[in-house]
Amino acid sequence: MSTPVAIDFETYHALVQLYADYAYAVDSGDWSLWPDFFVDDCSYRLVPRENHERGFPLATLAFESKGMLRDRVYGIKETLFHDPYYQRHVVGAPLVRAASDGRIESEANYAVFRTKLNELSTVFNVGRYIDVVVRTAEGLKFKSRTVVYDSEMIPNSIIYPI
Amino acid sequence: MNRPPSASVFPGQLAWENAGTSRIPFMSYTSDALHKLELERFFYRDHWCYVGLEAEIPSPGDFKRTVVGERSVILVRDMDGQVNVVENVCAHRGMSFCRERHGNRKDFTCPYHQWNYSLKGDLQGVPFRRGVKQGGVVQGGMPADFKPADNGLTKLKAAVRGGVVFASFDHDVEPLEDFLGAKVLAYFDRLFDGRALKLLGYNRQRIPGNWKLMQENIKDPYHPGLLHTWFVTFGLWRADNKSQLVMDDHHRHAAMISTRGQTGQADEVTQVASFKADMKLEDPRFLDIVAEPWWGGPTAVMTTVFPSVIFQQQVNSVSTRHIQPDGHGAFDFVWTHFGFADDSDEMIQRRLRQANLFGPAGFVSADDGEVIELSQQGFEQKPFHRTLAELGGTGVGDTDHMVTETLIRGMYEYWRKVMEA
Repeated sequence: MSTPVAIDFETYHALVQLYADYAYAVDSGDWSLWPDFFVDDCSYRLVPRENHERGFPLATLAFESKGMLRDRVYGIKETLFHDPYYQRHVVGAPLVRAASDGRIESEANYAVFRTKLNELSTVFNVGRYIDVVVRTAEGLKFKSRTVVYDSEMIPNSIIYPI
Repeated sequence: MNRPPSASVFPGQLAWENAGTSRIPFMSYTSDALHKLELERFFYRDHWCYVGLEAEIPSPGDFKRTVVGERSVILVRDMDGQVNVVENVCAHRGMSFCRERHGNRKDFTCPYHQWNYSLKGDLQGVPFRRGVKQGGVVQGGMPADFKPADNGLTKLKAAVRGGVVFASFDHDVEPLEDFLGAKVLAYFDRLFDGRALKLLGYNRQRIPGNWKLMQENIKDPYHPGLLHTWFVTFGLWRADNKSQLVMDDHHRHAAMISTRGQTGQADEVTQVASFKADMKLEDPRFLDIVAEPWWGGPTAVMTTVFPSVIFQQQVNSVSTRHIQPDGHGAFDFVWTHFGFADDSDEMIQRRLRQANLFGPAGFVSADDGEVIELSQQGFEQKPFHRTLAELGGTGVGDTDHMVTETLIRGMYEYWRKVMEA
């Protein structure tokens, strides 16, 4: 059992809302929604669990600014050829590890299903979000989101944000 | 040829249209029987296959489980510091006993009956070998003439050069240097010049396409400026890039060498519709390229070593890409990114950042996996047909430009020679 961290209901509700909104955004097909979940000086890393646990610095994707996230959106929309697919995130309840002065460290399990046109739905990528969330004038935003995935053998490619 | 040549959509035999290799039968990608013959002749005999980097097993007892072709093997450094490669199949009941992907061991023990092997693969312990004494009588045990020396793990021949480890089930295989050939060896040595390597991590993807398509992808300089619009959009691929294609004497291995164009307006020399002169990265650090002394000029060298590996230098990003077949219709593609022990922190950071271009989600590599999957789908539905690799003619030879599919034709010239022997 994790040690419970005292957090008021309103803050926890806002955190749950952030996770739900993020899942909605990355499943919507409107990729331009994605960067705005982050502060300008942010980190987004998609990391195989092996690299994470063995301390290897390589990520499958490693973005260090909101600009890089927007560059990725441009790549998805304009340059990356791919077989189109739907994706569907199911995100577990956030586990709060630390909370203080408008900064929350939290985690959540996730599963992403992929459905290609005319094909059956499959489990695409499962893992855990490890996040630092900060309070801003526009509400809670990710300062960092590290996506550590168990599904180390990627079914060909990952195009859309997880 | 939009109708089958004979009556059948599903030909019984592989048939080439002519003596050349510019028209490759789809069936060479869709037949299980041919796939098994390829494993025999390319992966298990006469060839060296990539198994890893010494940097993955720096200390005595370190091991990594990997494959040669479709056979599970263990790359291990023994207590004498020597690098060994042994097959992951117990001599007793055939169990593929090593399940961890990496670790450190003093010896190997099969959990089924505790047969125990040294890190060189020698059998050193068989429980109840001499039987069990019950009431003063020895019961059971192995036959008196059982020789542990004849019952070790299958040992592969291993070769290490520049920190890279190759292995072969065939102990009569030619020396690694001869296998690579002088021209390709020179590019291998350029990248693996003896400096200690620093392991940065792995990416793994399963690509539902025939393994040869990955070799062909990196022997095909026709596609990067067309498929990889990201390269073009941001000026990394330009038609004025200086280029060279070289092969070994057998035409099985190759290097695609290019040096980024520096002169003229990029939009004048690009000649590709997807180039957008006004398109800028929001964060240009993706392309924070710093020339390194060891490059000696070329900004990108992609080396294909047949059948199992690709060595990547794309500006500051360097990796090995291991091709691991899984039947005729799929392969696992394992990327090992590395740097050099003398890299500054900034250079390591730069290599990691540029790694965003590569791998299963990379700005320019994700689409390679996608087109391979969809090529395989085309082959499977129309196995009587063939591809057309005639850019730059139908012959095979080194060139000083990229407007050719000569390396693919060269690989199939070798393929035919070996497969038809």
